[in-house]
Amino acid sequence: MKMEAFNDRNVADNGYFLVDIEDYPTDGWGKFKRVVKRSFRGELFVGLWVVMREMIRFDIHTVQYPQEKMPIGPRYRAVHQMKRLWESDTERCIGCGLCEKICISDCIRIDTKIDENSRKEVSEYTINLGRCIFCGYCAEVCPELAITHGGEYENASDQREHFILYEDMLTPIDTMKAGKQLEFEGFGSITPHEDERVKKTPLAY
Amino acid sequence: MDTAYLIETIIKVVVILLIFSALAGIGTYFERKILAFMQRRLGPMYVGPYGLLQVAADGVKLFTKEDIVPTNVVAPIFKIAPVITAATAFMAAAAIPFFPQFTIFGYTVHPIVADVNIGILYILGMMAVGLYGPMLGGMASANKFSLLSAARTAAVFISYEVVSGLAILAPIMMVGSLSLVDFNNYQVGGISHWIVWSQPVAFILFWISAFAETGRTPFHLIANDHEIIDGFGTEYSGMRWGLFFIGEYANMFFISFVIPLIFLGGFGDGSFLGAMGLLAKVAFFFFFFLWTRAAWPDVRPDQLMWLCWKVLMPIAVINVVITGFVMMF
Repeated sequence: MKMEAFNDRNVADNGYFLVDIEDYPTDGWGKFKRVVKRSFRGELFVGLWVVMREMIRFDIHTVQYPQEKMPIGPRYRAVHQMKRLWESDTERCIGCGLCEKICISDCIRIDTKIDENSRKEVSEYTINLGRCIFCGYCAEVCPELAITHGGEYENASDQREHFILYEDMLTPIDTMKAGKQLEFEGFGSITPHEDERVKKTPLAY
Repeated sequence: MDTAYLIETIIKVVVILLIFSALAGIGTYFERKILAFMQRRLGPMYVGPYGLLQVAADGVKLFTKEDIVPTNVVAPIFKIAPVITAATAFMAAAAIPFFPQFTIFGYTVHPIVADVNIGILYILGMMAVGLYGPMLGGMASANKFSLLSAARTAAVFISYEVVSGLAILAPIMMVGSLSLVDFNNYQVGGISHWIVWSQPVAFILFWISAFAETGRTPFHLIANDHEIIDGFGTEYSGMRWGLFFIGEYANMFFISFVIPLIFLGGFGDGSFLGAMGLLAKVAFFFFFFLWTRAAWPDVRPDQLMWLCWKVLMPIAVINVVITGFVMMF
């Protein structure tokens, strides 16, 4: 369909027409004729046929939920995940704190320290899922593509303030070793064909 | 009255009670499944294979639920009302010949509890008494929706008994008897002898009023879930509600027996094939109750009254008059 169909606001000559509805009868004879017509036109049997046809066709649309699940989009924003680097299997998070800063519902808490190699290390990282609105800003702002959204939407908890820790979100090391870490395609991720769109930084001014 | 007759009758009563109580449960399973398939759903799937044991789960739930009698209800009437519905439904079954007579161990069994000579009158009367279940239940509940439902029950039942009575009058005039066994014997000659060919109008009218008297979908306004919650059943829970339920479904089965017996040849010549034919007809009429529920909308109470008094009743009267003239000349 072309965009014209949406942009053209002149509905008058666009295939719209008034449905031909007869005036309601006012006198007794007219009402009687209407009753007779409705009784013998067989509309009730149309309804019966429609449901019978669907039963014979047996095109069931039920998804038996716990056993079957509908596929969700790769951009779906559910519970967060922490990714690892493909090269070294170490954590991508550098502890910059941008996600904590941008979080509009203020649900991310990050605490960092300097480890024995004089590198910044994340010591505490929690997300309060009771407050999180899954807006995706944290994933978008993350410079390292470290925090992303995952597809896990079954979050039953016995209290509203359901926290999720860094260790829960981090890709398990054996999954990483097996090369099964999935990249997030939503906010903040690299768009397809990014290589072709990269331009040289203009250094020579 | 000898002892053998007494024992035989008691056995028949118990068998009918057990079979139709169980059938009421299985009927709910079929209703859920068929409605689901017609709406592209699966229906009950989890309890047992293909949800077959859903009936058992429902039964356990109904039996073990607390028997609540709410405040402000008229307790004795509130308690007796569901019993009236279930009891009258089963009492109506006494005059229905479910099968042709058969011989077992040299003993001839008539599968009818009481072949009284006023059979149809008794069945219609018993189903009419069934109106007191919803009506008393609705009036005894301290609930406006139940009261509305009670008023509707009274209006619908009384109106449609006129239609069903007048509709059935023409076949009765032809057969000259009120016993359903005589009706069956009148049509014993095969399909061409069925009363439906000579009384098609009466057949349609009786069928329509069967929907009203069982309170099934086109005329489901007695307990219309989307308007008046559950009508007379709103305040009920547990097995008291279950009795209403069993009564409704047993009624559906019994009326599905009565329609073929009167109009469609019943069990025919009494052979095994004829008996199976009767079961097939009953199955069709029961299925039609579910079919219409999936397909048709409900009518308003005033439309129902209009249909009864201004359309169906005059047609029924004209039908009786024409039948009388044809028989006279």
